[in-house]
Amino acid sequence: MTTARITLSGLAERLDAQWATPHTVYGWFATVDHKKIGIRYLVTAFVFLLLGGIEAALMRAQLARPNGHLLSPEAYDQLFTMHGTTMIFWYASPILSGFGNYLVPLLIGSRDMAFPRLNAFSYWSFVLSGLFVYASFLAGAAPHGGWFAYVPYTGPSYSPGLNMDFYALALLFLTISTTVGAINFVVTIFTMRAPGMSLSRMPLMMWSTLTTSVATIFALPALTAALILLELDRRFGFRFFDATGGGTPLLWQHLFWVFGHPWVYIIILPATGMASMMFPTFCRRPIVGHTYIALATVSTGLFGFGVWAHHMFATGMPLLSTTFFSAASMAVSVPSGMQVFAWLATIWAARRHVFSTTFLFLLGFIVLFVIGGVSGVMTASVPYDWQVTDSYFVVAHLHYVLVGINLFPVIAAFYYWLPKMTGRLLDERLGRWNFWVMFIGANLTFFPMHFVGVRGMPRRIYTYPAGMGWDSMNMLESVGAAVFAIGVLLFLINVLWSRRAGAIAGDNPWGASSLEWSTTSPPPEYNFEIIPVVRSREPLWDAQPPATDAAVAEYRVLDDGRRTLGTTVLDGQPQEVLRMPGDSLWPLAIALTLAAMFTALLFASLAGILVTGALVLLCAGGWLWPQPEELVP
Amino acid sequence: MTGAAYPYVEAGTALPEITTGTRATGWWGMVWLCVTEAMLFACLIASYFFLRGSINGFYAEGGHYPSLTLPLPMTAILLASSATMWWGERGIRRGDQRRLRIGLALTFALGVVFLVLQSIEFRHNPLGPTVSAYHSIFYTTTGLHGAHVAMGLLMNLYVQLQAWRGHFTAKRHLAIQNVSLYWHFVDAVWIVILTCLYLSPRLW
Repeated sequence: MTTARITLSGLAERLDAQWATPHTVYGWFATVDHKKIGIRYLVTAFVFLLLGGIEAALMRAQLARPNGHLLSPEAYDQLFTMHGTTMIFWYASPILSGFGNYLVPLLIGSRDMAFPRLNAFSYWSFVLSGLFVYASFLAGAAPHGGWFAYVPYTGPSYSPGLNMDFYALALLFLTISTTVGAINFVVTIFTMRAPGMSLSRMPLMMWSTLTTSVATIFALPALTAALILLELDRRFGFRFFDATGGGTPLLWQHLFWVFGHPWVYIIILPATGMASMMFPTFCRRPIVGHTYIALATVSTGLFGFGVWAHHMFATGMPLLSTTFFSAASMAVSVPSGMQVFAWLATIWAARRHVFSTTFLFLLGFIVLFVIGGVSGVMTASVPYDWQVTDSYFVVAHLHYVLVGINLFPVIAAFYYWLPKMTGRLLDERLGRWNFWVMFIGANLTFFPMHFVGVRGMPRRIYTYPAGMGWDSMNMLESVGAAVFAIGVLLFLINVLWSRRAGAIAGDNPWGASSLEWSTTSPPPEYNFEIIPVVRSREPLWDAQPPATDAAVAEYRVLDDGRRTLGTTVLDGQPQEVLRMPGDSLWPLAIALTLAAMFTALLFASLAGILVTGALVLLCAGGWLWPQPEELVP
Repeated sequence: MTGAAYPYVEAGTALPEITTGTRATGWWGMVWLCVTEAMLFACLIASYFFLRGSINGFYAEGGHYPSLTLPLPMTAILLASSATMWWGERGIRRGDQRRLRIGLALTFALGVVFLVLQSIEFRHNPLGPTVSAYHSIFYTTTGLHGAHVAMGLLMNLYVQLQAWRGHFTAKRHLAIQNVSLYWHFVDAVWIVILTCLYLSPRLW
């Protein structure tokens, strides 16, 4: 076949005309650009991290000395509940959604997510649900039953106020956002990878995003169910958790942890996936055991569904059950260990180590991951768990896991990918200070908690008497918390400074191998002028990287309207052209009407629920109504 | 890439736009929505069996198992509505607008009959959901399913409106495909509910 030569001059201008969002108020609210949405996710989730951090700092101030009187017991209850709820639901998962939203299309060589408007809706409902739960402070009725909200404490008899209704309704709102976000990731990764990116060549972050998204789709309904039952008990006198009415509080614990434990992996696996993207860059070699890391990621996600009852060893389950869940929990250390050893082997076999701030945070992450993992295996043992359950040992464990495997890789990822987003590098000197202050602060705060836990200090007490052997450790923890806060502050200063004065990053400042580094920093709205073709797992380290192609197929250009390429699930073979929707206000409108509906539910106003519910449906109808151009045969 | 360095484009390498069928991204979205909804019902069914297994005299307050007088005809009606939906969807796959419209209308009517019968069933039961945990889980599960049927009916109305305006063709009817999938899914959930909540108490 003869190859006709079609000119491509003005391609960037044509794509720009089709993809650019106008810089107007309308454009700000209507944009569906995954990069803008991703950055919004990151900023908003970071604000929630700061809010949760302030709550933690207040608690540490109270606990620094015995018999603290800074906070009343009621205030303390609200603070520890809001701290946990904020960090788990409005920081740890959304921050990873932020990186996912920004990076997934770039990493797979696509121009957008599969459902861009759904993506915008996902963000708006995330931020509105967060405002909803924080509005409880204004009402003087912040949730106060702990982030896992055990009944009967949270049932109608012991918590009659609006506190737990805020919690349940805000979370129900958030589950909508998280579910559609997860579906979006799955469909995007399955159908929109660049030509040649078969599953075996897919970047490891895609494996972890895929695993967590599928796990979200399967696990989150358990939380939805639990919250619906809780609200029915609280609002309408149903008897699910009421032992006097034939119900049982244990039902809540089962439902919550069937969701809750997969959720732990959902908020760490994307971070380990990001780490697997960053290690090769700073070790100057492909990751060791790519396939095994992918397998370990998927199997950790699967194991996550079989370990929930290890949160319930102290509830008096039959011996057989506890044994099963204990063994299953210990088994999780196998895939986790595989990942850790693959990273260590990558560092070991490095061609050259580049000791950037990112790399330091990654090394710190491995240390914290191992400490958190070891204390996890300890608590998986039933007799040991009985000793330390509900003590500060558990607090120490879960903070090593979440700070270690979520926050540290997240900060590493900011140092690594923020230059792609803003075009400017962060400062390495300040970065080193940032790392050491945060690393020392984290260990000072959380390591002594192991000891006070073993010495019997229960979690969630608002104060404690002197002379229990806890005094100096608690002071140390509070000092550590202050150091840690300074570390976070240094990071913020670095980010703000780099926005103005950071060195210009260029396309690929780290010499990395994945596709996002082949486009400009920041990338254009359409990501890639010509959709890249992938020939290996490290496309930019290839002898023939995508940008050097002399001739390209028509399906890689797609400059006639907002279009991107759909490929086959397994092999990434080009299959179809996908028509992408443009900017729209419907996502914001439906998120706002949903927020109004949840507010009406909060105040149990039947008329309000009917009106707002009808508005939600109307907005959905308006969103889905076909545009004239879609009706062309 | 700057303007001067563009590679050449090979002519004749264009791909089609596919907006309908199992390759459309919208279809994938609906499949995963059904998966997550299935998990929601799975959690409720699991809660039912958990309560039933851990409580002595689970049905005691109600005194009897749920009657089958209405649920069996309701099942038949729902299955029939799946058949009419299937028939209508097959019609539009061949471009038959009339068959699509009739299929959607019949499905809608059968769905309404189902909901009417369910409300009669609820009304004839003197004990409400607050009597015991058994009643709570029974009403919650069947009520949530009823809400899904109602949502399916609204979706049906919405695509009927488009069907009467002639929006759908043999090559472009993703909305029909998705509404149909959702409807079959809701019917399948009903079969599970019937088996677990109505039939299984008679077995053990």
